[in-house]
Amino acid sequence: MSLSKLSRLLPRGRHAVIGVPFVWLFLFFLLPFFIVLKISFAMADVAIPPYTEIYSYVDQQLQVVLNLGNYLMLSEDELYLAAYLGSLKTAFFSTLLCLLIGYPMAYAIARSSKEMQTVYLLLIMMPTWTAILIRVYAWMGILSSNGLLNNLLMGIGLIDEPLQILNTNVAVYIGVVYSYLPFMVLPLYANLVKHDMSLLEAASDLGSSNFNSFWKITVPLSKNGIIAGCMLVFIPVVGEFVIPELLGGPQTLMIGKVLWQEFFNNRDWPVASALAVIMLAILIVPIILFNRNQAKELEGRT
Amino acid sequence: MKRFGFSNLMLWAGLLFIYLPMVILVIYSFNGSRLVTVWGGWSVKWYVGLLDNSQLMSAVARSLEIAFYTAIAATALGTLAAFVLTRVPRFRGRTLFGGLVTAPLVMPEVITGLSLLLLFVAMAQLIGWPAQRGILTIWIAHTTFCSAYVAVVVSARLRELDLSIEEAAMDLGAKPWKVFILITIPMIAPSLAAGAMMSFALSLDDLVLASFVSGPGSTTLPMEIFSAVRLGVKPEINAVASLILLVVSFATFLAWYFTRRAEERRKRAMQQAMEVMAEEAAGSSWKSGTQAA
Repeated sequence: MSLSKLSRLLPRGRHAVIGVPFVWLFLFFLLPFFIVLKISFAMADVAIPPYTEIYSYVDQQLQVVLNLGNYLMLSEDELYLAAYLGSLKTAFFSTLLCLLIGYPMAYAIARSSKEMQTVYLLLIMMPTWTAILIRVYAWMGILSSNGLLNNLLMGIGLIDEPLQILNTNVAVYIGVVYSYLPFMVLPLYANLVKHDMSLLEAASDLGSSNFNSFWKITVPLSKNGIIAGCMLVFIPVVGEFVIPELLGGPQTLMIGKVLWQEFFNNRDWPVASALAVIMLAILIVPIILFNRNQAKELEGRT
Repeated sequence: MKRFGFSNLMLWAGLLFIYLPMVILVIYSFNGSRLVTVWGGWSVKWYVGLLDNSQLMSAVARSLEIAFYTAIAATALGTLAAFVLTRVPRFRGRTLFGGLVTAPLVMPEVITGLSLLLLFVAMAQLIGWPAQRGILTIWIAHTTFCSAYVAVVVSARLRELDLSIEEAAMDLGAKPWKVFILITIPMIAPSLAAGAMMSFALSLDDLVLASFVSGPGSTTLPMEIFSAVRLGVKPEINAVASLILLVVSFATFLAWYFTRRAEERRKRAMQQAMEVMAEEAAGSSWKSGTQAA
């Protein structure tokens, strides 16, 4: 086996090659979550940093004080529950919308000529590198009550007075679908382009209608692409902050925004940590699903 | 299959949906009127005004500096991670490692930001480092999440590579690190460039992570924009936003162009080599020199 031969030839430097990224990611990505978990059991305090220590060692006694108050408060206050549900609902429906819009797009790209594919891909990829902040900001000017969209609709006489779109949940959906659509299209395309066209031809020779072959062959074969695309949209949207903050209104309750307010406005780090811990607990299953899927892709297994 | 069907219609509608708002934003940045919704003729005064805004300019310089260092570090780290994932089939903690590499792609930024800040605070208490938060801590945060993107791009390339070339070099006695530097790196260079450009753009764009881990006096450009945008649409912000759009689009286009050109050159070289070999096999090796050109 060529891979094992290669790896045997790797010298002790092998430890360094594995070690450097491993240690970096462990230190700056994994370890911090445990600190969040720890702080979520602390109490807010007027100090620097603004929380109490959960353990103390006095007179040969190690005392660990776990404060469950943050979690109790989160479960009792309906605001937080509504924010979690609001986030999940927004993420679910915008993922669905992205899939419905993105699938035909990815399909069309995968079926176009090789030359056009690279151009389309560039056009899809370009926005993902541009600040979400700026793309959301562009919508603020369009959706505001004296903005372009309202002026246009009033100009053609469809409405008499401006619609309130900015600072509503509709604007949040527009912003989320707009910002995350490319993340749905790219993995779907990567999957669809690998499909063997002869399967569809065989189905058509055997008398299957176009729609029937699409539904029974193309869709099941693209399962991994659908999972990757949906996870790339759903998981970050649950924690989204910029879009609900700029496009949403007072009735837009999303957990990313609540966490931000607890942290920056109320300076309640322990409650913000508890919010993050629960968010992570909700997202851990989708994240593991995504990682499994991604590991297969990264190693070239299908 | 070639007809202009429903999916093509959706593709064009989708692209229009993606690009129209950005085009409108750029057009309105040249609006002479202070009222952002009233067209007051073409003007570049908002762009000229930017140069006098020293607070904004220092934020731009800071963001560019962080993005530059992030691009370098994330490319190095991401490439190492990609190499491990594609070339080292078995080691202890491999599943965990794979998870750590890809999870930053989807992890909500508020969680990553909060957790990194708490880590920095805890470290400052424990070992006194980092003494203050600023460019260094933002750089660490950006490098961590950008390296995940680099790892995905580079590992896609590494997987396509023909292992036999690396193996041949090792069979001839080259040390692994020498093989890596002289053979692997040049072959994956386009994807390294793409990864670096991508990290640069992502770092330049990031608001949430920077807001959590920055300290007093180290405001980045997105943080400046965000605090202005919260108060509504302003012509100056239209100008900054348009500039960022143009710079990032240009960088993306360059990355795409160079990757594509390198790809084409490689394919042509492969094809030539194949032709040469085929002809040699056919026993007409004396012709190959003229034919392959």
